Amino acid sequence: MSAHLLIELTIFILAVFVGFEVISKVPAMLHTPLMSATNAIHGIVLVGALLVAGAAIPRLGPVLSVVVVALAAVNVVGGFAVTERMLQMFKPKRSPTDAGGAETQR
Amino acid sequence: MSATTSLAVSTAVVNAPANPIDIAYLVTGVLFILGLKFLSSPKTARLGNRLAAVGMVIAIAATLLDRHIVSFEWIVIGAVVGGIIGFVAARAVKMTAMPQMVAIFNGAGGGAAALVAASDFLGLAATQSRLTPDQSITIMLSTVIGSLSFAGSIIAFLKLQELMTGRPITFPGQQVVNALILLASLGGCVAVIAGYSLVSAFYVAAGAALLLGVLFVLPIGGADMPVIISLLNACTGMAAAMTGFVLGNNVLIISGALVGASGTLLTVLMGRAMNRPLSNVLFGAFGAHDVTAGAAASGSKGNVRAASVEDVAVMLAYARQVIVVPGYGMAVAQAQHAVRDLATQLEDKGVTVKYAIHPVAGRMPGHMNVLLAEANVPYSSLYDMDDINPEFPRTDVALVIGANDVTNPAARNDKSSPIYGMPILDVDKAEHVVVLKRSMRSGFAGIDNPLYEDPKTVMLFGDARDSVEKLVSAVKSL
Repeated sequence: MSAHLLIELTIFILAVFVGFEVISKVPAMLHTPLMSATNAIHGIVLVGALLVAGAAIPRLGPVLSVVVVALAAVNVVGGFAVTERMLQMFKPKRSPTDAGGAETQR
Repeated sequence: MSATTSLAVSTAVVNAPANPIDIAYLVTGVLFILGLKFLSSPKTARLGNRLAAVGMVIAIAATLLDRHIVSFEWIVIGAVVGGIIGFVAARAVKMTAMPQMVAIFNGAGGGAAALVAASDFLGLAATQSRLTPDQSITIMLSTVIGSLSFAGSIIAFLKLQELMTGRPITFPGQQVVNALILLASLGGCVAVIAGYSLVSAFYVAAGAALLLGVLFVLPIGGADMPVIISLLNACTGMAAAMTGFVLGNNVLIISGALVGASGTLLTVLMGRAMNRPLSNVLFGAFGAHDVTAGAAASGSKGNVRAASVEDVAVMLAYARQVIVVPGYGMAVAQAQHAVRDLATQLEDKGVTVKYAIHPVAGRMPGHMNVLLAEANVPYSSLYDMDDINPEFPRTDVALVIGANDVTNPAARNDKSSPIYGMPILDVDKAEHVVVLKRSMRSGFAGIDNPLYEDPKTVMLFGDARDSVEKLVSAVKSL
């Protein structure tokens, strides 16, 4: 194992511990947004996709270069957009302006 | 300060100025962690998601400045196509279809990770006859895990979207076939690492991993989907982290590790909520024997009592406390808005309405919470299993809407039941139980539910949304 790989492994293992620590505080109520947010975060593989699709010699060829970027972009954009949409809906109580409030007043 | 001669070389490396792109990646890593931290409260969750999105934008912008990126045409086309598809899909998807949406996005990420690793491999294989172990091991891990996650997620999507049956698909010798394919994939990896016929071994490993992804999700039944979705999420996270090792990119390593940890934790939580070890979920083909179990069970279905909408409306309207127990049936019937209307009507009549959420109700972790949030149910009315169970003995009516196995008292008291030991919602301890159900078919696990024959239980047959809407007008006219 190279010294470089050891440093990377150190970062990886510490990040796993940070991940467990942070995620274990998320209540069950928010597990779907959590899944969808972490889903968006692994879209970070887009960084890798950009590096391989934009390289001087793209090893994947034109079609797969487009595909790899497109897949990662779907993951990132879709992931964050859907999480945002979900989280908009979580409300502490009915506000008088929304549909639920309007029906209460009938 | 006092560097000795032997340390001179490493000191030179250490003192080299940091690459600004790496500094940007560090910022991204911090923003991701903070974003996840803010997701621990519904009040700050949106901020968390946005922080993570900002982190992503920073990482992408920094990467585009990398001097290794010289041509932009494929990037632009791919980003535009992928961005539009992702955005439109995320906007258009119904909240009830969220599990399959998450599955397909997950597959996209896994596929991308495998392709990035493949690209790096092809580049190295073109110039070197043999890869270093560091290179080959990380490339193979990234390729295999990414391919597995890609193919598995696609099958999970097809099942959840009901483009193929949601029931477990099994065939004789399945375990053996899977084991052989796994061996083929591992064999390919070993050959690449050892340096034999690089490129073809690589394709064997990747192809076998794709096939394995398909085969390992096929026998998973719908009720086990929360576990599988979490596991696939963890897999894609791990694949992204491995890609980070391949490219020597810290932000990929950190992000992938965070997601891998998150997915693993959720997988464990879901398994615990069903009181079943992961191996049983993965290889047990739970619910595969529905036909036989259902037929056997139908013999003893004489004692159920069907009630009219009016009867149930009176029961609900004159209750002090009603607990709604939603399940996948509510999602299928898209009944969440009608349920909210019913709760509003009841609350107007002075009834306390609470919601009991079982951790594995639905098809993904937290599925019911999202649906009820969509219907404007305040999250303060939603209770986790442990918080709501003591409430049932003080409750006049438990209203079970499209939930089955998570309310099955056999899990508590019938040692021969396949779900024995699974923590359940104690609806049978309420004074009355009303079960909204399409028909007397057994639940996903194919297990008879003695709750339905309990003397205090009445059944209201029909489509959940239709039934609840009828209840709303019946309660209104009381």
